[in-house]
Amino acid sequence: MRVALQVTCVNDAMFPDTGKAVVRLLRRLGVDVDFPRAQTCCGQPMVNTGYLDEAVPVVRTFVDAFAGYDAIVTPSGSCAGSARHQHAIVAERSGDRALAAAVAETAPKTYELSEFLVDVLGVTDVGAYFPHRVTYHPTCHSLRMLGVGERPQRLLEAVRGITLVDLPEATECCGFGGTFALKNADTSVAMGADKARHVRDTGAEVLVAGDNSCLMHIGGMLSRQRAGVRVMHLAEILASTAESESHSSGPAVGERAGGPAT
Amino acid sequence: MSGGTFVGMPAFPTAAREALGDTQLRSNLAHATRTIRDKRAAVVAEVEDWEDLRLAGAGVKEAALRDLATHLETLEASLVRAGATVHWARDAEEACAIVARLAHAHGVDEVVKVKSMATMEIGLNEALEAEGIAAWETDLAEMIVQLGDDLPSHILVPAIHRNRAEIREIFMRRMGDVGRPAPDDLTDEPVVLAAAARAHLREKFLRAKVAVSGANFAVADTGTLVVVESEGNGRMCLTLPDVLISVVGIEKVVATWSDLDPMLRLLPRSSTGERMNPYTSTWSGVTPGDGPQEVHVVLLDNGRTRALADDVGRQALRCIRCSACLNVCPVYERTGGHAYGSVYPGPIGAILNPLLRGVSDEQTASLPYASSLCGACFEVCPVRIDIPSVLVDQRAAVVDSHRGDRVPKAEAVAMKAAAWAFSDSRRLAWAEKASGLGGRVLRRFGRTTLPGGRAAAGRLPGPGAGWTGARDLPAPPEESFRAWWDRTDGGQNDRGTR
Repeated sequence: MRVALQVTCVNDAMFPDTGKAVVRLLRRLGVDVDFPRAQTCCGQPMVNTGYLDEAVPVVRTFVDAFAGYDAIVTPSGSCAGSARHQHAIVAERSGDRALAAAVAETAPKTYELSEFLVDVLGVTDVGAYFPHRVTYHPTCHSLRMLGVGERPQRLLEAVRGITLVDLPEATECCGFGGTFALKNADTSVAMGADKARHVRDTGAEVLVAGDNSCLMHIGGMLSRQRAGVRVMHLAEILASTAESESHSSGPAVGERAGGPAT
Repeated sequence: MSGGTFVGMPAFPTAAREALGDTQLRSNLAHATRTIRDKRAAVVAEVEDWEDLRLAGAGVKEAALRDLATHLETLEASLVRAGATVHWARDAEEACAIVARLAHAHGVDEVVKVKSMATMEIGLNEALEAEGIAAWETDLAEMIVQLGDDLPSHILVPAIHRNRAEIREIFMRRMGDVGRPAPDDLTDEPVVLAAAARAHLREKFLRAKVAVSGANFAVADTGTLVVVESEGNGRMCLTLPDVLISVVGIEKVVATWSDLDPMLRLLPRSSTGERMNPYTSTWSGVTPGDGPQEVHVVLLDNGRTRALADDVGRQALRCIRCSACLNVCPVYERTGGHAYGSVYPGPIGAILNPLLRGVSDEQTASLPYASSLCGACFEVCPVRIDIPSVLVDQRAAVVDSHRGDRVPKAEAVAMKAAAWAFSDSRRLAWAEKASGLGGRVLRRFGRTTLPGGRAAAGRLPGPGAGWTGARDLPAPPEESFRAWWDRTDGGQNDRGTR
């Protein structure tokens, strides 16, 4: 099986550790994952803001980059949803039949990480170790657009050492919403404040989710509140092992606060 | 008595900002939406074949819309056969003029009203007032809104933004101006408030010669109009006066009597969270010696054919005004209905208003963006309107309407630049390198450490301030994933991170 990682533009530029975690995790599970260098973005920022024409070349780049793979794995419910549900709309708008045909090939092969692990690889225990108190936020697109259901929780429950606590009002949107977070910043923040409050109520040390964009929003609020709760992508917890935990020192040197800018 | 007006409302983000600061509103809405939401969830969970029922409901409305012209002609013929008079109104102005003319013909200076979204949409009360005719709202919540010179903020519960203390105050202050005053010992107990409203309205029911209603459904094959309500006040209006005028949107038509079956099962559970609706009134034209002896039906377009012509958006015409989407919407719950600047607020309003009116004005054009696209609305919609997809499609309509602008918006320029960078991975790699260098500077000057130890960027200027005003932002990492993959040969020779 030829498996490609669609790392997503947000992870590529802002959260490379998530991409590295997916690579480590999949290799540990015996998957020889490839990173097609031609990939960029799924096009969702354009589509969801109404710029369909602008999304056409981006979707074209996506289908070209991932053509020929048996599975495309992405650590984002939102980007998987975009590939599966929005690419066809963009292709139709372009009037380009070849693009529509290519989308029909890549769309059904695109899996969000937890779907790929549970449905394609058939594993729920990925051999992870993470001795921390964790709460899980199901992001809207993974929950409602993809319907990943309980897959992420099943994966987390199998992690050794973890204390998984329920998040109150878990299924309510965090208020990120892509450009909504900027265009309607006040409403977005009002929603995020309630989400952050629910997270704090759990007493968790780590908030985990399958989308770093939502986590950037909730985590940004928790950080501003000095709440003492960090956010982590699902992939990073699933990639953790007793060994990595023992010399885990938080972020890479080049990302650390106050670190030498060498 | 004049109510407020939505005319001149600012765009959603501005209106929302003000609403978010109204602590009483926030508290009232959070309480009320949660209550209805929980009630709905409980009674929907009881129905084993709920998903099939949703499909059936969507099917009934979709079939009616697919052949709308035929069904409307059948409806007209059935209504006329049953003794009703049918009027056709292209827009709000025509519809209001028809109702005013009929009221004048009967020499009345007041009408009683059944709660009706269509008449709110066309501004009938204000139009009648200009003609010297008082239109009395008799639905309890609509009456509260009217007495308070206020605007409705919810489809089902127009006074949802008010709590009982505020309602008591409105009754004490205003009831006496327009009829029987509230008793001096009025308390804010719901049963006491309802009794005051009952005594106040009874006078109007018994006096009125003309009633105005809408309709939840219009059955084409039998010429039957249906009004679904909870209080019985609607039935008072539908049965006591001599003349009944119903303003009915053309999308309310269903083909047959049996089509009502799924609709009347879906609506109460989705709307009020009840298993069965308390007062369901149906009437087919005139029944001699029983009820109104003169029955008029005004069939209203007012943008509905415009929405019908929209391939993606037409599904919004399936809407049965249950307001389930409002009650689950995290945006609506926090901003309330007034921020949407329309009698149709919430997720359905965010698509219905632009579909009915177009997106040429700034306020309407802001509505499709008043959503985080979380999808909770689609999940609860009894007629399966895919609101998130229509929202995105309406956003495209807004963007397309600006494609000819001589000076493009900053957002359009940014999107074009992003599309350019995202169309070639080499351009993206270059941009990431630049952002990594920027991150190096930000980290050097950064004063904030994110939980977990990563450095935060400082406060951003310009549009970025919308983010960093309330949220910390990680500084971009020095090395992108792509650069790491290249440097380490796909992680094969990763000897520690840089």
